[in-house]
Amino acid sequence: MNKEELLSRLKVIVSNYTQNKEALDSINEDTDFLKDLKINSANLVDVVLDVEEEFGIEIDNLSMEKMLNVRAAIEIIETKLHEAGRE
Amino acid sequence: MMNKQEILEKLPYSAPFLFVDDLLTIDENGATGTYTFSKDLDFYKGHFKDHPVTPGVILTETMAQIGMVCLGIYLSGYIDSGASSHVMLTSTAIDFMKPVFPGEKVTVVSEKVYFRFKKLHCKVEMKNEAGEVVCKGTLSGMVTTKLNG
Repeated sequence: MNKEELLSRLKVIVSNYTQNKEALDSINEDTDFLKDLKINSANLVDVVLDVEEEFGIEIDNLSMEKMLNVRAAIEIIETKLHEAGRE
Repeated sequence: MMNKQEILEKLPYSAPFLFVDDLLTIDENGATGTYTFSKDLDFYKGHFKDHPVTPGVILTETMAQIGMVCLGIYLSGYIDSGASSHVMLTSTAIDFMKPVFPGEKVTVVSEKVYFRFKKLHCKVEMKNEAGEVVCKGTLSGMVTTKLNG
């Protein structure tokens, strides 16, 4: 799975939790979930749970704490997919 | 492991905003408790003028205190018995079926849907003394170690 595909699947997930359409339309690796997309901490958990379901992976507490922006999210998803042997 | 009395003592509320009388059952999957709405509660004077009915926000708060806050305190003590925890309400989706009048006793039953990354999401239901469902829905909150998240 390439970065573009990952990003587009991630975008679908976060679109359920943000009201900031402008930031969503211009989503890129530098987009911050809290500052740019204005997602609160409770909905950030929902994003992570949806990521688990969408990609069939399990996110541990340490990874969850790092998943504050798109770049970190993509890195974590790639790592977990790699660990599961499903790149 | 915390018992029911210890959980009630850890609740951060007092009159006129404590809406838990008794915790009947609590375990890692859910909680059951009761509350009786005294006829003397102040909000009945204004909701509504000459026609007292328990406000929906108070029913929601009662379900949150019994079904989510008590459960959140129990679950966080279950995992880490260190710092005392608070539960910050983050979302509600409740349907109201029947009015609750002054003096009525209600029973709240909650069921944990998930508790992950400090977020507790539960299904809650409130019944009156006739056993009729007066309101039900889902509540979520973040279990934190400070009062304002």
